Amino acid sequence: MRGAHVKLLSLLLVSVGLALCWFKVTRLGLPLVPTEKANVWTVEARIQFKAQRDSAVKVRFFIPRQPTGFTVVDENFVSGNYGLTTEDDGVHRSAEWAVRKVNGYQVLYYRIHLSRDPSIQPQPTEALVPPEIRPPGFPDALQSAAKGLMNEVLKKSADGRSFVRELLARLNAPTADPNVTLLRQGIENPEDWVRRVIDLLATANIPSRTAYVLALKDGISHGSLIPWLEVFDGKQWVTVDPHTGEPGMFEGAVLWHVGGEPVLTADGGKNVKIEYSVTERTQDRTLVAEQRARQMGSRIMEYSLFSLPVSVQNVYRVLLMVPIGAFLIVVLRNVIGLRTFGTFMPILIALAFRETELLWGMVLFCLLIAMGLLIRFYLEYLKLLLVPRLASVLIIVIILMAITSVFSHKLGFDRGLSVALFPMVIMAMTIERMSLAWEELGAGEALVQGFGSLLVAALGYLCMSSRYLEHLIFVFPELLLVVLAMTLLLGRYTGYRLTELWRFRAALKG
Amino acid sequence: MLFPWDRLRQLGIMGLNERNADFILPYNARRNYSLVDNKLLTKELAVQAGIPVPKLYGVVEIIHQIEALSGQLEAYDDFVVKPAHGSGGEGILIVTGRHEGRYRKANGASADEDELGHHISNILGGMYSLGGLPDSALIEYRVKFDPVFSSISFQGVPDIRTLVFRGVPLLAMIRLPTRLSDGKANLHQGAIGVGIDLATGRTFSGVWHERPVHQHPDTGGNLSGRVIPYWDEILAMTAKCHDFAGLGFIGVDIVLDQDQGPMMLEINARPGLSIQLANRIGLLPRLRHVEGLGTIPGSVAERVQLAKTLARYTS
Repeated sequence: MRGAHVKLLSLLLVSVGLALCWFKVTRLGLPLVPTEKANVWTVEARIQFKAQRDSAVKVRFFIPRQPTGFTVVDENFVSGNYGLTTEDDGVHRSAEWAVRKVNGYQVLYYRIHLSRDPSIQPQPTEALVPPEIRPPGFPDALQSAAKGLMNEVLKKSADGRSFVRELLARLNAPTADPNVTLLRQGIENPEDWVRRVIDLLATANIPSRTAYVLALKDGISHGSLIPWLEVFDGKQWVTVDPHTGEPGMFEGAVLWHVGGEPVLTADGGKNVKIEYSVTERTQDRTLVAEQRARQMGSRIMEYSLFSLPVSVQNVYRVLLMVPIGAFLIVVLRNVIGLRTFGTFMPILIALAFRETELLWGMVLFCLLIAMGLLIRFYLEYLKLLLVPRLASVLIIVIILMAITSVFSHKLGFDRGLSVALFPMVIMAMTIERMSLAWEELGAGEALVQGFGSLLVAALGYLCMSSRYLEHLIFVFPELLLVVLAMTLLLGRYTGYRLTELWRFRAALKG
Repeated sequence: MLFPWDRLRQLGIMGLNERNADFILPYNARRNYSLVDNKLLTKELAVQAGIPVPKLYGVVEIIHQIEALSGQLEAYDDFVVKPAHGSGGEGILIVTGRHEGRYRKANGASADEDELGHHISNILGGMYSLGGLPDSALIEYRVKFDPVFSSISFQGVPDIRTLVFRGVPLLAMIRLPTRLSDGKANLHQGAIGVGIDLATGRTFSGVWHERPVHQHPDTGGNLSGRVIPYWDEILAMTAKCHDFAGLGFIGVDIVLDQDQGPMMLEINARPGLSIQLANRIGLLPRLRHVEGLGTIPGSVAERVQLAKTLARYTS
């Protein structure tokens, strides 16, 4: 009955722990292994203008809205004394800086941190009714050229898609016919070119619009957005290269803004200039996911260990490993059957090993215990009362630690300094228990238990210093529920301990 | 393929995990531990229940009382000092006589008042008690063991450990001190455990350091085939101990005094498992049988009878 209860409870704990962990891995993208790195691009848009004297300034800047193939890790605005509002109408997202009175040159920054994530698909939030087409106002000469071109393209195409491809192929052909030459006139920049293509498509009743695209390339410092073409194919908007007619965008392209409205408008400003810079760096995927989850407003991450100050986080990185050590002790004592001085003493020693490193830790531990034991044997001869004797051992341990540190520093072994990290009360109790075991059970048994403790501490250190485990427990603290469940199950383990097979060997032989 | 643990299971041998999880935790209520952990309390309860125990000469509870001790002990030539909360036979000092104003200890060495006082102050300080808690020291009658064991015992006093579950004795062994165990009847410290046939009180052969042994290593006496005197009385005493201890799973330690017969020394709420090796019998079949009984007979005689029947059918 009790067994079933424990099993049910463990099952519950395991499922809660694993479910939370699964959610964090699949939904929030937290990595299971610590080595994973993610590329993070920081895009900075620098807006500069001169404020007109004594006039209110209102800057409207379109910003990316869930770019396909990327995840927004973080986003921030540097706005000085401007009031800032952001707006999202389902198609466009914009930031608006406003100030009542300002003088001189003004600089505003918008920064977005992006990380590649192929799982981010375009969101079909836009209304799927065909957008309105603005009839183009071509001058007469262009009007006839456009018509001529359209007729030719129409003959050679089957549907909207092939029409667009054919049109762009002709417009971009190296050897242009007279119509195209005419249509190419007056184009000064790529933006004009896209607008011309849109106008041409409008005469054929195909809705299209300009898309502004940013190329993510490390080291760009005075970049600008690249005008691209988006064509409505009857169901959705499709991006098309305005120079080749190929559908889609280039590698590392981020869709910044779509539509006819300019990316930046500054009311009350002149000499408006905008520059984009891109830098790329690698970052721990954990941090990326954590920032992103916070960006998404996930409650789980809001109450995660990452929300703590870094110094406290580092404390918990160590503390959360203690349950792993405790579980190891449970296995070693109840399943293997090892004997140690004190139940959790080896875990505390193992924590000290994290700082001193294993080999030095073991050398220093043995040194301290050996010196402590020698002095403890002398104290035995003095026949002291129990508590004063324990206190004396504690004082002596601290003196020995100080002496070890000073001497090793003088001799140039700076590793010896880390002896100060040993838990001194635990050391004192270990010395006391070991000397009692020495007296009562003999030197052999005392040494067996002493080295058993050291062995367990070393094993504990190996488990608790595992970068993989540390990452796993810190990022997914809910896995501690799984550790707890396993510990509870072992609490009802009634099988033999490994050492009992040896203890009862006489029965096995008979 | 039969794994070692399957084989142990077949033999019905119980491991420590199973003892703790299936017998000590469910059958031994923690609030009753104090009755057996405190030997003074155990002694009082045993006297009330009519179980013979070594006579109490005095109790030392505070250091100050040590000074008055020598006067108090003047009437006695020999006595035993033990911690009220000791375990595993630790902290026991046996004085066998006096010589020129000094005490003679069981191992032949002599000790003066100071040494005795220091030993008692160690006991009071909690050196031998669980968790190092302050303790008191008991001074009591020294048992003169029955000469029936003199050929298979080296110094010290052999004692009889009986495992009692729900008031029914299940297994018993006699623990014989050796030179190695320094007169102590503790298997961990090198004493020999010799199984006893519960039905007849006759010894089987023994186990020493977890290995079978047929002769006492120091005296050379044969271990098997010896009949324990007062056997039925001993079984009845162990069954009675269960009644006042209020614990379901206990080990009862009994010594045989040459003048006063069997006396109960102490009750252990966490009895060890070496008794299985000494008897070459696993505990589990008997434990599970008694566990499965709906009601246990109320009278001691009936329970002793049940124990004997059980021993005949499961050996």
